[in-house]
Amino acid sequence: MDLNDTPEQAAHRQEVRAWLDQHKAQAPPRSGSSEDSGYIDARRAWQRKLAEAGLAGVTWPPEYGGRGLGPMGQVTINQEISKAQVPGILDVIGIGMLGPCLIAHGTEAQKSRYLGPMLHGDEVWCQLFSEPAAGSDLAAVQTRARLGEDGTWTLNGQKVWTTNAQFASYGLLLARTDADVPKHKGLTMFIVPMDADGVTIRGLRQISGEAEFNEVFFDDVVLAEDAVVGGVGNGWGTALTVLMFERLTIGFGSEGFGSSAQLAASLAADAAASVDSDVRLRLGEIVTELLAVRYNGYRALTTLAKGQIPGPEAGLAKVTTVNAAIGAGELIADVLGPEALEADSQWSYMISFLPGLKSAGGTEAILRNTIGERVLGLPPEPRLDKGIPFSELRAKEREAVA
Amino acid sequence: MDFDLSYEQGLLREAARNALSRHKTVEAARSALEDPAALPDLWPTAVDAGWPGLLIGEEHGGAGLGAFDALLVAEELGRVLAAVPLLGLVPATAILDTAGDESLPAVAQGELRPAYVPVRPPGDVESGWTVDPRSGFARPPAPHATVDGDAVTLDGEVAFVPDAPGAGLLVAIGVTDAGEPVAVAVAGDAPGVTIEPVVRYDPTRSLGHVSFAGAQGRRLDVDEIVLADAWYLAHALIAAESLGAVQTCLEVSVAYAKERFTFGRAIGSYQSIKHELTEVLRQLENARGLQYFAGWAREAEPAQFPLAASAARSAAGHALDYASRSMINVHGGIGATWEHDAPLFFRRAQLSRRLLGGTDDATDRVAGETMAAATA
Repeated sequence: MDLNDTPEQAAHRQEVRAWLDQHKAQAPPRSGSSEDSGYIDARRAWQRKLAEAGLAGVTWPPEYGGRGLGPMGQVTINQEISKAQVPGILDVIGIGMLGPCLIAHGTEAQKSRYLGPMLHGDEVWCQLFSEPAAGSDLAAVQTRARLGEDGTWTLNGQKVWTTNAQFASYGLLLARTDADVPKHKGLTMFIVPMDADGVTIRGLRQISGEAEFNEVFFDDVVLAEDAVVGGVGNGWGTALTVLMFERLTIGFGSEGFGSSAQLAASLAADAAASVDSDVRLRLGEIVTELLAVRYNGYRALTTLAKGQIPGPEAGLAKVTTVNAAIGAGELIADVLGPEALEADSQWSYMISFLPGLKSAGGTEAILRNTIGERVLGLPPEPRLDKGIPFSELRAKEREAVA
Repeated sequence: MDFDLSYEQGLLREAARNALSRHKTVEAARSALEDPAALPDLWPTAVDAGWPGLLIGEEHGGAGLGAFDALLVAEELGRVLAAVPLLGLVPATAILDTAGDESLPAVAQGELRPAYVPVRPPGDVESGWTVDPRSGFARPPAPHATVDGDAVTLDGEVAFVPDAPGAGLLVAIGVTDAGEPVAVAVAGDAPGVTIEPVVRYDPTRSLGHVSFAGAQGRRLDVDEIVLADAWYLAHALIAAESLGAVQTCLEVSVAYAKERFTFGRAIGSYQSIKHELTEVLRQLENARGLQYFAGWAREAEPAQFPLAASAARSAAGHALDYASRSMINVHGGIGATWEHDAPLFFRRAQLSRRLLGGTDDATDRVAGETMAAATA
């Protein structure tokens, strides 16, 4: 077992570190408000610098501005960026998930029009998948795109949980184009200009009071024929590509939440807490879970380095991290008291954010279903929606609970 | 980055699995509930496989392998509840090997079986070296040591010493009047040594209360850190055994959840069962990641080994408790009877959790180590 870089990785790391050392003084702060356009502009400019230095979209093929590296190349850059304490790219969703989908399913015209500005931060993208009634069951989306006689599409519906919609130029949107076939079949993926007539963006306030996500409404938004990505009726397959890249992007995110060192330091600073056996036991359990995630992360990276994609069991790391971090917030609030909950406490944001994160990227219950079925090979729950035209599904669902 | 088994480690694990598959160890565990003497003698198997010398240097006739290799073997023992005295042996050989003790060739050949007499190193709350008691919460101090040149005289008792019965050599730790811990090699049959075999809830676990009354042995010249390392090595080993047992609990439970039907459906299709088994998998995977951490840290980052081994023990102890209870739940009533294997794994879980300071003590150590690192 060896946690060290191969010679090739070491050389790449050296190159990344040297560039960051030279340029990190010009970087904007790592966090800021998404409602502050000055901050967002600074982040765009920083992304452009990273892209020009070959530190963004490195897994993209060279003809689209990438470097054709494997996922380990991206991991090395993430690690160095985090070590240098500078922000990474602004458009993680575009470059990590939507760009790769365009590369896989887009037309040549789409690739040459959109990928460059995406990579350089000139046009930020957002993901328009989830809806109020389609989250874990994403194929239940109801946003409708109807084909007009002139070949254009007219879009009506609502999306939700849309990160970066406030300043995005484009969104990749999953819509229903045929309700008379079973639900996975009648879907199509579209590129939507966020400044089109009929697009309304509204911030969605969370427990903390901040609005990191948005709701996006579409009222008779007209899309051109060439807005379709991956072919009409193929939306589900196109969406799965995005979701696969989403798993990779989320899986190698930060260890930030519930950093065990930070938690331990806070508790150790309180003399009574540091010798209290209940506090110690809770701390020991939380740290054990977070250590397990870290070292299982190295196992997953080893899989990646061997050219394989980590399986769905990687989703267990998300379950562990979120629950351990929730435990960390609980423990710290029990020790510090009400002050831990105040907005200026370093723990407040985490305590408020985590209950929602439990459902992000698939609820914990859905993750456990997927892992139980795909990893343990347990039989699926019976379902009511198989082989039934989407338009008849509502009636069937009502019948089942009557 | 290569955080995975090497090719050779894969072979070692497979060889261990094959060697153990020739014995009906789980059936023996059931028979032992009524007659502990029914357990097969697996020592010849261990010797044939070279396990006594895993951690002993090649110059002394051993294999010169690392802790992670021993953990892989321990995991295989746990899978099938095999009663092989590795938990007592491996930490003992780690101390003997560092000391370059004269017993090493005989130990590596399997002619002399040593057992480690566990003593818990001081922590940030409890400052002394302590041992497990026969009963109760208070931890008695380590045996008293009187040093006279290379000879050491020991007085005191250590309860629930793994694999002590029948051990030819005890690798013990005593504390002098000056508070200094010293390692001592004492013959199992030396005057003043009493090993009282005890069979408890899990009869596959060989245990003994060891007492020293003016027992003489030879001093093993090793640093204090090696004495602490042996304690953590024992933790990592019991964690690896537990991890192996969790694997079996999960496999058996998943198979049953696919073949048992209620209300026209396989019970594994119900979320209540599926999510419980997924939780077993989650805890299993976490315990495995920490086993890797422990194996890696002992070679590459020894300062982190106390944290790593304690975390591994904590995770695997909880995982086996959870997995053995789930195994009973998934099987319904039959899982709680002697007709089924589940009680054997449950017994393994419950006794293991309470040995060597207990799982909670390992969890507490994780907290202590983490707070110390965060404020250093």
